[in-house]
Amino acid sequence: MSPLHNSPLRLLGSLVMIAAIVGGAAAAFAYTAGWLSPQRLTPDKMLAALAPPGGPALGHRRNHAKGICFTGVFEANGNGAALSSAQVFTRGQYPAVGRFNLGTPDPDAADATVRVRGMGLRVATPDGREWRSAMIDPPFFPVSTPQAFRDLLLASASKDPNAMKTFTTANPEFAAFAAWASSAPWTGSYAEERYNSLNSFVLTDAAGVEHTARWSLVPTALIVPVTHDDLAKRSPDFLEREITERVRSGPVRWTMVVTVANPGDPTADPSKVWPDDRRTVEIGTLIVQRIEAEADGPCRDINFDPTVLPPGIRTSDDPFPAARSSVYRESYDLRTAEAKDYPRTEAGAKP
Amino acid sequence: MIHIRHRFSPLQRLLHWLMAACLLAMFFIGVGMVSTIMPKYLPLVATHESLGVAILVLALIRLVLRLYRGAPALPADLPESMKLAAHLSHYALYALMIAMPLLGWGMLSAAAYPVVLYGGIRLPSLLPQSDSLHTLLWDAHFYLGFAFFALVLLHIAAALFHALVRRDGVFETIAPVPVADEVAPTKAIPAE
Repeated sequence: MSPLHNSPLRLLGSLVMIAAIVGGAAAAFAYTAGWLSPQRLTPDKMLAALAPPGGPALGHRRNHAKGICFTGVFEANGNGAALSSAQVFTRGQYPAVGRFNLGTPDPDAADATVRVRGMGLRVATPDGREWRSAMIDPPFFPVSTPQAFRDLLLASASKDPNAMKTFTTANPEFAAFAAWASSAPWTGSYAEERYNSLNSFVLTDAAGVEHTARWSLVPTALIVPVTHDDLAKRSPDFLEREITERVRSGPVRWTMVVTVANPGDPTADPSKVWPDDRRTVEIGTLIVQRIEAEADGPCRDINFDPTVLPPGIRTSDDPFPAARSSVYRESYDLRTAEAKDYPRTEAGAKP
Repeated sequence: MIHIRHRFSPLQRLLHWLMAACLLAMFFIGVGMVSTIMPKYLPLVATHESLGVAILVLALIRLVLRLYRGAPALPADLPESMKLAAHLSHYALYALMIAMPLLGWGMLSAAAYPVVLYGGIRLPSLLPQSDSLHTLLWDAHFYLGFAFFALVLLHIAAALFHALVRRDGVFETIAPVPVADEVAPTKAIPAE
């Protein structure tokens, strides 16, 4: 019962054992943290790849940095109840907050310079649950995996003239996106875009049957193609001005369409479209009623994390929502810590 | 003769070892989840949140038990500095077991994330959305998390020091099963 009974050898053995146990635990912790695995794709690395050469715009989202807030309602027609038991799929009107945005890390980008337009959406239901989604207007994603997305970002930023060629050889699915980007018609309005989830999710109906699905917001506005040259002549913020004017003169609508996969469809790969004959269900209408600038607007504080889902909707085998969630969260952590770099303008605005 | 308790109560010991497993899991899940973008990110976050709330509940029960049942006295021959370290580290461990889940919950609330536990249990929001509160709570949760892990390593080292080097019965007070040495404190230890 006293330290006096320790022989020097036994004492040494005990101390070595203690050091080994504590050191081993610390090493396992370091390994788990990724400190010993420089190859691991972390949210930090994804954000570093997204950042423009001059560094990220402090206080802003690290991608889709330019945007404008909207509020309105999602009017569910009840048809969705056949697919999901989520309250948002039952007939009713639910408040919606969202954000029209551009796929760029630059909050000051001229609107005509950005090919990809997007919409973040949060619909809240009386049961206290939320459905958050962040959709974009291309009909499919450029690449099949999050790793390939980072490779795309690195290749497009690379000074190596062969970087993109090497990338497209390794990721042939990118060719379809490149073709879309160069040939798809442009429009002059956020209201004329179709916003697609691209990622698949699993909907569970009241009977417990699962349906893997993607969704899209299909515009009801008349789509007027405009040449890119014409857009380039417009004001750098023409999209924000246009949607503000348009909504001021009346609500703007989209039909929410859910497309259900057949067994064997590529549910894990958002770069692959599903055949045209797949079952679609129109589940309701998004009605945008008010536009507000982002700096003081209701969308500013929302992370449109696509894994914030109500019961009745969950993630599928598509690896993107998890990756997006982890990276969006990091982006949110950073931008909230940098809020002073993107000041709110109204007196009495929240800190 | 004054009765001296040599061991924590069975419930206290059970809670100690159950929470030891939970806490170690939390450290590894926490540091692992923030360093991955793989699909496992989502179940890791969900587990971290659910386990965090479980730890909060268990820690509060344990605190009440500790206040009610107390702890066996430390050996009389333990140097005062080690006694002080033991007492302070136990205060810090209890404080962190209770504070860390609350910081995490508050941090998620200040970011306007819904907190949904296993079984679909939705926790109320503790705070309104706030950039500055979110940053403050995030920093606290992050840095205290590392400090907490370091403290647990120190606690393990100290426990092993008591068990292997001092062999003074302190480890036996919390050991999950009785250890032979404990029951015969006066037995002569054979020469080695």
